[in-house]
Amino acid sequence: MAYTKPNAPPVAVVGVGNTRYGLMPEYDAYDLGVIALKQALDEAQLPIESIDGLILSRVPDYQRFAEMCGINPAYTLTTPGHGRFSGICVQTAVAVLQAGLAKTIALVYGNNGKSEGQRYGGDTDSYGSGGAGFWFPYGMTSPGAFHALMMQSHKHQYGTTAEQLAEIPMAFRHHASLNPQAVMRQPFDLETYLNSRYICDPLRLLDYCLINDGGVALILTTEDRAKDLPQKPVYVRSMAQRSSFTDSTFPPEDFWRGPMQSASQETFSRLDVKQADMDALMVYDNFSPTVLFSLEGFGYCNVGEGGSFIEGGRLKLDGQFPTNTSGGHLSESYMQGWALQLEAVRQLRGSCGDRQVANARNIHYMAAAPVITSIVYGDQP
Amino acid sequence: MTLPNYTKPLPEITPHMAPYWHGLQMHTLLLQMCVSCTRFRFPAASICPHCLSSESHWQQVSGDGVLSSYATFHKAYWPSFSGSIPYSVIQVQLDVGVKLYSNWYADQPKEPLIGMSVVAQYEHVSDAVTLLKFSPREQSK
Repeated sequence: MAYTKPNAPPVAVVGVGNTRYGLMPEYDAYDLGVIALKQALDEAQLPIESIDGLILSRVPDYQRFAEMCGINPAYTLTTPGHGRFSGICVQTAVAVLQAGLAKTIALVYGNNGKSEGQRYGGDTDSYGSGGAGFWFPYGMTSPGAFHALMMQSHKHQYGTTAEQLAEIPMAFRHHASLNPQAVMRQPFDLETYLNSRYICDPLRLLDYCLINDGGVALILTTEDRAKDLPQKPVYVRSMAQRSSFTDSTFPPEDFWRGPMQSASQETFSRLDVKQADMDALMVYDNFSPTVLFSLEGFGYCNVGEGGSFIEGGRLKLDGQFPTNTSGGHLSESYMQGWALQLEAVRQLRGSCGDRQVANARNIHYMAAAPVITSIVYGDQP
Repeated sequence: MTLPNYTKPLPEITPHMAPYWHGLQMHTLLLQMCVSCTRFRFPAASICPHCLSSESHWQQVSGDGVLSSYATFHKAYWPSFSGSIPYSVIQVQLDVGVKLYSNWYADQPKEPLIGMSVVAQYEHVSDAVTLLKFSPREQSK
């Protein structure tokens, strides 16, 4: 009943694929993207010729990628390898399909950052507004430090504790223990968390995502075509995007709450379900605190109460809101939101094995960053 | 000339930011102010983000502000910081509204408190570069 655009054809994910995640120096970003795309085409039983829209992220050159695949799509777009772009790409694919610019779109992500020795701190750090080089003389570098500053503010304003924050990485690691694809699968307890070394206090090693090589692909098409394909369609039921660029060299004073609230309101205004009806959540988890900020911003709990909200295993598989059931960026692999889109699709197909959420029908993907994205996936349009 | 043994990263002094660095060398804090709406912006840019005016001048301001947040690095992202860890990066909001990242000048306070008043200090690190740092207001008297 709810469409992303009124009277526009619903859009569904009809194929997904991914490489394993880890250190794979034998592949570059193109190779990783191709492996994932072929898997997605295989399970959708679509020939490569059917792809008439190509949206890439982190794969350096769209022309080379299309040449490799031997395709001449009607629509082409390439986007930077920033995690916020996974949600943006899915949303753009929906808009392009609904506008009739393409019929079947492949979204392909290829990341060989681990093999390349990509670092998110130090001289090559490009995080932030125009890059962080201006602050290097002060030793200020890394997205982790930016989030550490935010977490310090949250602790100061609301009394959030390390013990509360620990609930996030502990829950995700538990989920990863049930996911054969996850890179880190050994569960840990609070004591282990508290004893893990600080990288940038108040954030510890276990609050940081895991940089790995990997590729992810999704194929999206409209409902009429999706119904003829072998996989159970997973629909993009509603979506919204906001941004927070002004003054974004520095942490947002509201933890991005304003734009998140606005995106969440728009997302749910088009649906017959609310936050409480979500069967699972996929929350962009570059660092543990981002999950805390997202739950507050997208309206899953009251402002400042994220810490107490997540206590008692609420984010675990058997809790009220199973979150990042794959292990997420903190334990499965840092695939910059792309693997979280896949997890939403697989949960709604019911193909997640030991970590399956029973009767999953609606799942909310959300990302808190200077670009805020919100997508509700469902098993029905 | 850089101070002997000073190996930490130095800023790139771009044309936009040159007046700021020249000011710090003279222990004054100059910020770019919009002529049209009189608001400050930082880092410097060719237009005002509030009114899009291209007219600006450099105004001397007080280095007084408050501590907005801080984080303590236990990892050295440059070898030159390995002798400094753990060290704190502080986020300061100047009374004129501009935000900055910086460090404590000399020793950091035992218990930094978000919201505490801070004052500017000037740390000479090379002939071309003086860094803007801060100390708690109480201790600076």
